[in-house]
Amino acid sequence: MADNYDVIIIGGGPGGYVAAIRSAQLGMKTAVVEREHLGGICLNWGCIPTKALLRSAEIYHYATHAKDYGLTLNGTMSVNVADVVKRSRGVSAQLNGGVGFLLKKNKVDVIWGEASIPKVGEVKVSKSSKPAVEPQHPAPKGVLGEGTYKAKHIIVATGARPRALPGIEPDKKLIWTYFEAMVPQTMPKSVIVMGSGAIGIEFASFYRTMGADVTVVEVMPQILPVEDAEIAALARKRFEKQGMKILTGAKVSKVAKGADSVTATIEDEKGVQTITADRLISAVGVVANVEGIGLEALGVKLDRGIVATDGLGRTNVPGIYAIGDVAGPPMLAHKAEHEGVICVEAIKGLHAHPMDKLKIPGCTYCHPQVASVGLTEAKAKEQGYTLKVGRFPFMGNGKAIALGEPEGLVKTIFDAKTGKLLGAHMVGAEVTELIQGYVVAMNLETTEEELMHTVFPHPTLSETMHESVLDAYGRVIHT
Amino acid sequence: MPVNVLMPALSPTMEKGNLAKWLKKEGDPIKSGDVIAEIETDKATMEVEAVDEGILAKIVVPAGTADVPVNELIAVIASEGEDAKALGAAKPIAAPAAAPAPAASAPAPAPASAAPAAPAPAPAAAPSQAASGSRVFASPLAKRIAKDAGIDLGSVSGTGPHGRIVEKDVRAAMAGGTAKAAPSSAAAPAAAASAPAPALASGMGDDAVRRLYEPGSYEEVPHDSMRKTIARRLTESKQTVPHFYLSVDCDLDALLKLREQINAAAPLVDGKPAYKVSVNDFVIKALAMALMRVPDANVSWTDSAMLRHKHADVGVAVSIPGGLITPVVRKAEQKTLSVISNEMKDYAARAKARKLKPEEYQGGSTAVSNLGMFGIKDFSAVINPPHATILAVGAGEQRPVVKNGALAIATVMTVTLSTDHRAVDGALGAELISAFKQLIENPMGMLV
Repeated sequence: MADNYDVIIIGGGPGGYVAAIRSAQLGMKTAVVEREHLGGICLNWGCIPTKALLRSAEIYHYATHAKDYGLTLNGTMSVNVADVVKRSRGVSAQLNGGVGFLLKKNKVDVIWGEASIPKVGEVKVSKSSKPAVEPQHPAPKGVLGEGTYKAKHIIVATGARPRALPGIEPDKKLIWTYFEAMVPQTMPKSVIVMGSGAIGIEFASFYRTMGADVTVVEVMPQILPVEDAEIAALARKRFEKQGMKILTGAKVSKVAKGADSVTATIEDEKGVQTITADRLISAVGVVANVEGIGLEALGVKLDRGIVATDGLGRTNVPGIYAIGDVAGPPMLAHKAEHEGVICVEAIKGLHAHPMDKLKIPGCTYCHPQVASVGLTEAKAKEQGYTLKVGRFPFMGNGKAIALGEPEGLVKTIFDAKTGKLLGAHMVGAEVTELIQGYVVAMNLETTEEELMHTVFPHPTLSETMHESVLDAYGRVIHT
Repeated sequence: MPVNVLMPALSPTMEKGNLAKWLKKEGDPIKSGDVIAEIETDKATMEVEAVDEGILAKIVVPAGTADVPVNELIAVIASEGEDAKALGAAKPIAAPAAAPAPAASAPAPAPASAAPAAPAPAPAAAPSQAASGSRVFASPLAKRIAKDAGIDLGSVSGTGPHGRIVEKDVRAAMAGGTAKAAPSSAAAPAAAASAPAPALASGMGDDAVRRLYEPGSYEEVPHDSMRKTIARRLTESKQTVPHFYLSVDCDLDALLKLREQINAAAPLVDGKPAYKVSVNDFVIKALAMALMRVPDANVSWTDSAMLRHKHADVGVAVSIPGGLITPVVRKAEQKTLSVISNEMKDYAARAKARKLKPEEYQGGSTAVSNLGMFGIKDFSAVINPPHATILAVGAGEQRPVVKNGALAIATVMTVTLSTDHRAVDGALGAELISAFKQLIENPMGMLV
């Protein structure tokens, strides 16, 4: 029987490790159980390594467009896939090590293995039954091993995994998930991307920029289905201009595998077509990792495949909590982190507020980028608001033109009655770095007035945010 | 686990208070229900009871500290066996963030604070609020919604960071969730509603006033919280409530005769008369009955609606050292003169000791201010929102009057009704004060 902990967190992803550090900060004896990689999918197989890949793609894009900026590149420019992947893995490895360091610094114990909860107050850790995804970062040193550990509070932060559609199950060779798509050994000449959420669109953008023929197939009538329709339509136009083929309202009904290619049967309103490509990337969402933990036996309530929690991470079973992807959408790292903090603060008895899910921003790092927070125009109308909608195109922004990025739009949605900022939606260069301005504004409950009175620095892309608000109230300057 | 004792909110509007006295020392054992400290607010001195058992490990805020924000850590109670010293040293750092919410604490239902009636577990902003007196911290959206709905932010408890009022607090107030103790204060005549406060004249600056006097020729007495509250509330009233005034003379002779009979008939309890009814008690009763006869005047103004009260709750201004306070005689229309009289004696005694509870001086639809004992003939009083009226009562004195065409001597009392014109128009006010006069001059009517 090993040590007694105040808090044991199952899963060392962004939700789990951040919760662990916060828990330790609050003076609670804390451990994290991880079976594969500290930092979770996010910084090993998700957010971070894809950003590294997309950075390579971006630089490649600028290099191939150097002429637009008055520059001539002599010699040839080519993509070295192995080195691009190596850089991406290196970035991931560095941060993976960083998480280990942070946990150690905060005196959080790391227990290496797969966890289950035989009963409330106890975590059993055994050897992981899941084959590790290669290439694997080395396990951190100084970790605890298999055994039974006691904890007053157990937080399930086991994350999610790619959803597989029946008949189109990923096989790691021809049908990829993000795991394989992130570490290609050779650059496929053509790719079908099934699903146009953030993951699908980012890989589509990466492979297209790197020169592959890309076809995106989306069931919903628009790409980026959670985004505002106007923004998604603008992004689509840009992607199509870059040579991406996009089919919406379309479904991959069958995939036939060749020796080194796949042929997808795609159905839409117009009929049935087949497209052959080197690889198919399945990006049809993720499912929560609720199995194998013993949740059912404990009587923990699940709701449509996710652990049901209150706003403070508590399940129906006292002493068992859940945060992050396993506790439901939006399945985003920053949502998991925040939930983790709320959960441990509530455990500590601090005055924690449940998270307002309407104020969680979402970012997609395609080219151009897409970022948003709050309600889309359609959703806001659906909820019965009378709206004031502002729009401002990047074309009216000096910095955007100087950057050579005149394609973009910032859209703001206000409740006409109260001036409450209901939503903000952006497409264009660097918008993922801009959106948090609106997120702060929403959290401070500013109205249009404070936003109008705020001085935005010139020349920056952020001026588009100001102008969009001005536009909503008929005061726009630069259009 | 150690339990933090936080500065309780003794009323919904309380933002800070003075820690008057510790009744326990560090190291003293504490039982649940023990009075551990006394808190002084603008109006009253209240006792803080412990909700937990243990040892008073650490007094964080010493006795005599003024303007302690609500929900600030004031002491730590350790359970038996906990290292009180270590706790005490560690806690203050955690204090600002450590406002335990009963709903938030998972393992044990950790008692939030010693406040018997603390509605909001919101930590209050220490430095800025202390510095700026009555500033209400609210998000811009909360301010706008409150303004549109005519909600007085001063009556809303904030649940946002540092006790800031956020949208949902205002929505809750609109839905009727505020202040059980002061039903009408939630709907106070929104001072800021139509004209933003800063736009109103705020008088000369402090330094401008000081410059008019030679240094050393005066002594500076800092305002206590009661003084600040009086200043704020009455300035607000005069700036936002359109007052008008109605005066009438009342013949007191019949009333004085009746009073003599009533008091002479008082049974003896322990050798003392069971009651001694004053003229003012008649005034309270008469005003209450007049309000029931003219129910349209028994109202409170809010921007969205008129609150028509079903009972006559009459506030009575009681002068106390350093200021005044207005305890409310509830349902005065139903109470006998002797009950009102004894209630007022109790109120007056406890007001002077600053022991009134917030629910005893909040609410009401009117008030009585009597300066007759100082020989004042007549005067006009400032309405105390959300009241719609206030009755200023002068001295009863012998005056020459004309009765049936001939000069006669009568005991006459002049009363002046100040009226909120938004809620009570001239004719209605006149009706109310006529009803009052009728009752005062025919006092038997108050006995049935």
